Amino acid sequence: MTQWSGYLGLILQGALVTIELTLMGSVLALIMAFLAGIGRVSRFFVIRALATTYIEFFRGTSIFVQLFWAYFVLPFAGLSLTPLQAGVLALGLNVGAYAAEVVRGAILSIGREQYEACTALNLGRWQGMRHVILPQALLVMLPTFGNNAIELLKATSVVSLISLADLTFQAQVVRSQTGSTLMPFVSVLVIYFGLALIISWGIRSLERRMARGLDGVRV
Amino acid sequence: MEWDWNFVREIMPTLIQGVKITILATVLGSVLAAIVGLAIALARRSPNRAVSRSVGWFAEFIRGTPLLVQLYFIFYVLPDFGILLPPLVAGVIGLGLHYGTYTAEVYRAGIDNVPRGQWEAAKACNLSGYNSWTYIILPQAIPPMIPALANYLIAMFKETPLLSAITVLELMNQAKSVANTYYRYIEPMTLVGAFFLVISLCSVVLLRWLEHRYGRIER
Repeated sequence: MTQWSGYLGLILQGALVTIELTLMGSVLALIMAFLAGIGRVSRFFVIRALATTYIEFFRGTSIFVQLFWAYFVLPFAGLSLTPLQAGVLALGLNVGAYAAEVVRGAILSIGREQYEACTALNLGRWQGMRHVILPQALLVMLPTFGNNAIELLKATSVVSLISLADLTFQAQVVRSQTGSTLMPFVSVLVIYFGLALIISWGIRSLERRMARGLDGVRV
Repeated sequence: MEWDWNFVREIMPTLIQGVKITILATVLGSVLAAIVGLAIALARRSPNRAVSRSVGWFAEFIRGTPLLVQLYFIFYVLPDFGILLPPLVAGVIGLGLHYGTYTAEVYRAGIDNVPRGQWEAAKACNLSGYNSWTYIILPQAIPPMIPALANYLIAMFKETPLLSAITVLELMNQAKSVANTYYRYIEPMTLVGAFFLVISLCSVVLLRWLEHRYGRIER
């Protein structure tokens, strides 16, 4: 029991890696989501086809397979990645594909009259998107983005299998060193749940903030 | 390294062994998830506050933590309490419990969508609580849920590679052992990815058909 504090330090180090991965993965996912989501409503067939292929490919195969592919197969193609890079790449691309569908759905959920208003104001397609459609669509996307971020947090546990020292990995280390199983796994589960609660709380307050001044405007 | 078709032919039988276990785990897991989900959804509607609250928190906790850690928990911690499970059983319980908390939300939405009048009619016909559930509410609530339930089934299928972490010899684990034996990663990993992609593209078609047949409950 006296050594427990040392092991707790190990687990907290793992928590830092998990948080780092979640943040970097979310940033990549957000970029991919907007690229592919807006790409899917493009008027050019090639862009639509590219975006659809990306989304279907990454939603169709499991995150685990993508991660192993990025870590073990890409080096043969001459692209060696560190475990952290492979983790961020696979997580970001995978969750980005799910979030891209959210972006597309939110853009399509904005009423016709808003698009007509853009035309009436003589805004170009891009200007209308930037100043009229996206600011409204963002609010629709936000709750689902929160769920996606939690999914990403949960998916980070998989990187422990490509030897990145995240929470799950450290729990296994503590288990193999002390032989005690209950403490490491329970503490790790509680930390993951705490992080998930923080994400959902953060998204809720962001949503309140962004909805300010929009009362009565939204249907 | 080049793609080698002879090697592909050589490892195919091993991978097919893995596919069988993957499908078995998915089928058993989804049956368990369907039952657990219904149990959770019913328990959350219980008039007893203690029951509905604690089940609600339990489900929330399971949904907020990674499946991988839960699998480790079932596989490594439960033996300390004298519950020794074979890997496949532990994996099926993990999958069923994790996705049961997701299907519980589908059931909840489906049950809430049954019009109030149906409850009142059941009461007017003097049906007991049990009879009104089995003859009036569930038969109307379940068909519209089928597409959403199938959606989670596909999601669960894509999570089965995680079972390789608790030594279940499913597709991913077979691929890894083949890859480690011959030190060739390209073929096994790509085949696993292709397999998942093909199955999920086929299941998308099935899902469209289910949506067409049973209608949708949510947009």
